[in-house]
Amino acid sequence: MDVLVCLKRVPLAGSTFLLTPDSRDIDTKHLGFGISPHEENAVEAGVQLVEQMGGSLTLLTLGPTDAEEQLRSQLAIGASRAILLETEGEDWDPQGTAAALVDAIRAEETNFDLLLFGAESADSAGYQIHIRVAHALSRPIVTNVKSMRIENGIAHCERVVGTVRELYEVQLPAVITVRDGLNIPRYPSVPGRIQARKKPIDHKKPTPRVPKLEKVSLSVAPSNSAGAEVLGNGVEAVPALVEVLRTIGILA
Amino acid sequence: MILVLVDHDLGELDPLSLRALTCARTLSDAVHAVVIGGAGAGLAGVVGEYGANVLHVATHPELTDYTPAASGRALAQLVDRLNPSAVLAAGSPRGNEQLAHLATILDLPMAAECSAITLSTSPGAPHSVTRARWAANLMEDAHVHSDLLIASVLAFSFEAQPVVGAAEAKVETFEPLLEPADLMVRVMGRGGESSKGGVTLADAKVIVSGGRGVGGPAGFAQLEELAELLEGTVGCSRVVTSAGWRPHAEQVGQTGTKVAPDLYIAAGISGAMQHIAGCKNSKTIVVINTDPEAPIMAYADYAIIGDLHQVIPALTAAIKATKI
Ligand SMILES: Cc1cc2nc3c(=O)[nH]c(=O)nc-3n(C[C@H](O)[C@H](O)[C@H](O)COP(=O)(O)OP(=O)(O)OC[C@H]3O[C@@H](n4cnc5c(N)ncnc54)[C@H](O)[C@@H]3O)c2cc1C
Ligand SMILES: Nc1ncnc2c1ncn2[C@@H]1O[C@H](COP(=O)(O)O)[C@@H](O)[C@H]1O
Repeated sequence: MDVLVCLKRVPLAGSTFLLTPDSRDIDTKHLGFGISPHEENAVEAGVQLVEQMGGSLTLLTLGPTDAEEQLRSQLAIGASRAILLETEGEDWDPQGTAAALVDAIRAEETNFDLLLFGAESADSAGYQIHIRVAHALSRPIVTNVKSMRIENGIAHCERVVGTVRELYEVQLPAVITVRDGLNIPRYPSVPGRIQARKKPIDHKKPTPRVPKLEKVSLSVAPSNSAGAEVLGNGVEAVPALVEVLRTIGILA
Repeated sequence: MILVLVDHDLGELDPLSLRALTCARTLSDAVHAVVIGGAGAGLAGVVGEYGANVLHVATHPELTDYTPAASGRALAQLVDRLNPSAVLAAGSPRGNEQLAHLATILDLPMAAECSAITLSTSPGAPHSVTRARWAANLMEDAHVHSDLLIASVLAFSFEAQPVVGAAEAKVETFEPLLEPADLMVRVMGRGGESSKGGVTLADAKVIVSGGRGVGGPAGFAQLEELAELLEGTVGCSRVVTSAGWRPHAEQVGQTGTKVAPDLYIAAGISGAMQHIAGCKNSKTIVVINTDPEAPIMAYADYAIIGDLHQVIPALTAAIKATKI
């Protein structure tokens, strides 16, 4: 079973965003970076599949040179190798990103049985790169998968839409996008981290395309709350809260 | 003309599609709706009421349930024939998915989760959209360079508004040409309710939610007791699900469930924006936190500064006392 996981380096913002002076980007001077939870689940799923069935797990990302940090930390939980399609640091639009990923996947000798993606990227959330890759490679795609099992070359997938669980079956090779909750991603072990330093990362230069979905500027969405009214400290404030619950109609 | 994909599950309307229809009416008086699969034909009345003049129904012997790639193919063929200026759908997992198939087949850009759309007024000039990033904590103004705009509508940015005195939409049926590859992925069955019975997170009127501050799985017993007393249910933060203290079905936030209860009690939750993204539509948010500077204070209505392990049992006891 040869598995490929596509992931994206994103800033990890806490409770507010600061923008750069030109409002085109998030000011990341004081931020750490990571990947989307969905993509952490995708890597964990890939590691588990290779543990069960043998084979290989490859990571693929398009991003700045610094994205090596995210590749290393995911290599530490069990992937075999990684490919970094280096940009100058700017965001690529979904069509440009998908085309670059497709070029890189086609250039591989391995014919991956399974391509795993996050359901959507944490920052730009375009909901489409995986679908574009699937079409270009003529592979079926199931999205938003919350639980999956692979047996005899068929992936049995379940996704949740509202309160309904939808069941899908798809023959490999296929593309599957997963959601947070698929599994509990493991933490890298110390030996895992040490091995990850020696695992190969191929650096490649992707071909840029003219963006069709062109980011012009960003703005921080306004919060609609004026902030909390403090009812008091500790158990002494409980009667005040009971009163609030009466006022808003929760208690009779 | 604006074409709106109206989504349905075996004939049952996705209400978010009505918001997409309302958005379409702000762009043009000529709005057509399209449903994929004959089971959607029964929606002519309601889509008419929300402003669609025509309902196109894609019928095909194989289109008996949700088949996203086939939806994309059918939409592409309809677009070819009708030549609309935009194709819209709800910003839902299904809406985004079917539009992404359409955009891929036509090799055009797609703008997901738009809160505002301005169509280009001169040929060759781009369309302008405002779209959500980071679970709508950041908004992006973007240009879409293509004649046809393909965009999904951010769930809560438009209220569905009926047109007074509107007529039923005229039904026009068409049979798309589908290839075997379009039919490879489809819903093969349903697993029923995703919750184990009782109140589901998405519909609960009261949610008592716990974060890292709860300290471990055992600590959730007191949250459960309070939730039950208020006829609500328990929620939690991602730290809690990652640690395996609670099942993921209870996670509120960007990658969990988005909730909108009358009352959301956040106990031991700091208020990372990815958590807030899931609970900010609650009517009233009450915080119980030891830290008066916790970011969640900025989003809440009321707060008690204190240890949840003391405050929650005391609150439960006080509420029980009112019920005697
Ligand atoms: C792309 C992305 C998506 C994400 N999606 C989600 C999501 O869907 N949902 C989600 O929740 N998170 C999500 N996260 C994670 C999020 O960023 C935070 O890490 C997480 O919400 C923090 O959880 P917490 O508030 O429980 O923990 P912490 O941030 O550690 O906060 C614990 C709080 O408990 C308080 N506390 C401690 N002890 C007590 C006590 N005894 N009594 C009262 N208060 C106490 C502390 O003062 C503190 O405020 C996502 C992150 C990313 C990057
Ligand atoms: N720059 C990138 N490099 C590699 N994979 C990516 C990149 N951007 C997005 N992806 C993958 O595509 C998924 C969907 O992204 P999006 O279409 O932006 O919502 C993400 O969850 C990732 O798995």
